[in-house]
Parts: sequence; C-alpha cells; structure tokens
Amino acid sequence: MHPVRKQRLLIVLFVVLFSSAAAGLVMYALSGNINLFFPPADIAQGKAPVGQPIRVGGMVVADSVQRSDNSLAVTFELTDYTANVSVVYEGILPDLFGEGQGAVAAGRLNEQGVLVATEVLAKHDENYMPPEVADALEQSGFDHKGNAR
Amino acid sequence: MWSFFHKLGSPPWLYRIAGTILRWLLPITLVALCVGMTWGLLYTAPDFRQGNSYRIIYIHVPAAVVALAGYYVMALAGAVSLIWKMKMADVAMKACAPIGAALTFIALVTGAIWGKPTWGTWWVWDARITSMLILLFLYLGVVALYEAYDNKEAAGKACAVLSLVGMVNIPIIYKSVDWWYSLHQPASIKFTGDSTIDPSMLYPLLLMIAAFYAVFTCCLLMNMRAEILEREARTNWVKKLALEYRT
Repeated sequence: MHPVRKQRLLIVLFVVLFSSAAAGLVMYALSGNINLFFPPADIAQGKAPVGQPIRVGGMVVADSVQRSDNSLAVTFELTDYTANVSVVYEGILPDLFGEGQGAVAAGRLNEQGVLVATEVLAKHDENYMPPEVADALEQSGFDHKGNAR
Repeated sequence: MWSFFHKLGSPPWLYRIAGTILRWLLPITLVALCVGMTWGLLYTAPDFRQGNSYRIIYIHVPAAVVALAGYYVMALAGAVSLIWKMKMADVAMKACAPIGAALTFIALVTGAIWGKPTWGTWWVWDARITSMLILLFLYLGVVALYEAYDNKEAAGKACAVLSLVGMVNIPIIYKSVDWWYSLHQPASIKFTGDSTIDPSMLYPLLLMIAAFYAVFTCCLLMNMRAEILEREARTNWVKKLALEYRT
C-alpha cells in the first residue's frame, strides 16, 4: 500500500479506536445513571435515594396485586427474586400489566421503603408466540426453552 | 479482481452498472415487500399477550436493523473516501445519510406507537431508545454538515470523520438492552441459540428484514445515480446521455 494511504488508514483506525475508548469511559462513569430503573435488590440494600424520583423494575409477584373497592388505588409487589418492593399506585394500569409479568414503576420511596408510584409501565419480554402455542406450552408445563416451570 | 475496484471509481461505469442492478433489484424488492407485508400483517397468528399490536414488529424491526447496518455502510464509504480519496465512495456516503435517517425515524415512530398500548407510554428515556435517537441525530448531522460546506471536498472529509466517530454508537444501540436495565425488551432473534419468537412469526419477519435491506440498496443506488449525474453534469458522457434520453 502507498505510504500516504497507509498513514491515512492508521489515522482512521486511530479515530475509531479513540472515540470508542472515549465513549466507553463515559459510559463506565455513567453506568449507574444509564439504567432506567433500580432492581428491588438495590433498594433492599439502601442504594436507592429516599424521597427522590426513581424507577423500580421487576416482576410483579403472583397474588400480590390488591385493588381498592372504591377507588383506582392498587398495591402490588415487584421482585427480582432476591428482594421485594411494595408499590402503591393510584391510576389506570397498562393493558399488559399482570401478575408474573415485568413492570416498571416510577415514583418516590417513602420512609417505610414503599414506592409511592406516579406512573406504572408494563415491560414486555422477548417472547412472541401465537395463543395456541402459549396454551399448549401451558398444558405441557414447559416454557419455550424446554425448561420445566 | 483489481480492475473491478478501479471500475468502481469510474462515474459512467458505476452509473450504468447501478442502472442494470436496479432493473432487476427493484421488482424483486417490491414483490418481497408486498409478500412479507401481507404475510406478516394478515396471515400470522396474533401474539398470546399483545394481540394484534405486535404486528408492528414487521415494520419496526426491519427498519431498525437496516438503519444500524446502513450506518456501517456510510462509515465504511467515508473511510474509503478518506484513505483512497475515491470520489464515488464520497457519493455513496452522502447517499446513505438521508435513507438511514428515514429508517431510524420509522423505527422510532413505530416504536412509540407500539409503546403506548404495550408499555403505557409513548416515550421513555431508556438506553435503547435514547441511543436510537442519537443515531437519528448522527444521520441528520451528516446531511446538515455536508450542506454546510461550499467546498465539497472539505464537506466529504468532515462528514467521513463524523460518521467514523459516530460508529461507536452502533454496538451501543445493539447491546444497550443487555448492558443496562431498559424498558425495551432484549432481541427475540438470536444468532446463537434458539430465537424466542415462534417460527410462524419469525419467517415473515426474516423476509421483511431481507426486503428492507433490498429497499435500502435500491434507494442507495438511485441516490448515487442522481448524485453522479449532478456532479458530472458538465462532462461529455452525461451530455450524450441527456441527448439520448431526449430522442
């Protein structure tokens, strides 16, 4: 290769490597802030600030959703299977919100460690299948990867 | 082999070969797009949880995949034009930017439309969506930067450097859902291991991804042909071509 072109090739490679390294360092420094939500385990360890607006994400614990009889108030628990966080919320839940499904709640932690949510979002997972397949899997007792439930 | 690369640098040859490719690729693209669209939107089963709203996957995922791949094409063309000072690479880089911007925009808009019924919100500042927005700004930045210079050679150089620096964003977008907690779900199509999307839904999706690659290629070639004509407007071969076209 012509020496001038070789030099330009090295400069281009340098630009790409250097900018990647810079971006990598920035993301390393900000790694905690890029996360959209705290997992319940972080909250149990006291890593999340109390009284500040935060988000908590996890799976909705089965049989934990309790709706009020005369208002839109609802309480439920989020888990990452190592710790649980109680959430209280007043408002309309998204259609895909459900027990055993992922959800992200935004709000503030009170002194008792309960999240007073102002917004609840459903988190969809990466599994897509027709209803018949889902029913068949339900009956067989295995999930899509072949693991027993 | 080398003569092929040298020919690529010749505007009339590239203009003609792009025309020949388009004559074949354009009908194939349209057929693939129509088949994939009807198959995906009408003949697949609804999802067990999302119902029919999941069908946006047949537009959203192909647009996003090709928007990412198109950025590599743009950055690679930029690198070739920087290193070998190849004018036609500069043309290719310039032609990529508006197509990529359009695809990124489609991915963002369809994602928002799907997000409202599924998540309960149009927009959330999670890692995947924010990095995708940065991709849109990078594409638009290349378009704007090119137009900002009067000197086209300086414009090409600046845009090539911008697209090379922006390349770091592509793996970030791709891995964002694995590296951080995000609202966006991880990829359903996996290169290693089993995909977590049912085969009856996967095949039309793969067809649509292929169709979107073809759409990108068609748009790229058409943009490049137009750009070549504009740059070579004063040369004899273009004048001859214009006269032929008239008669």
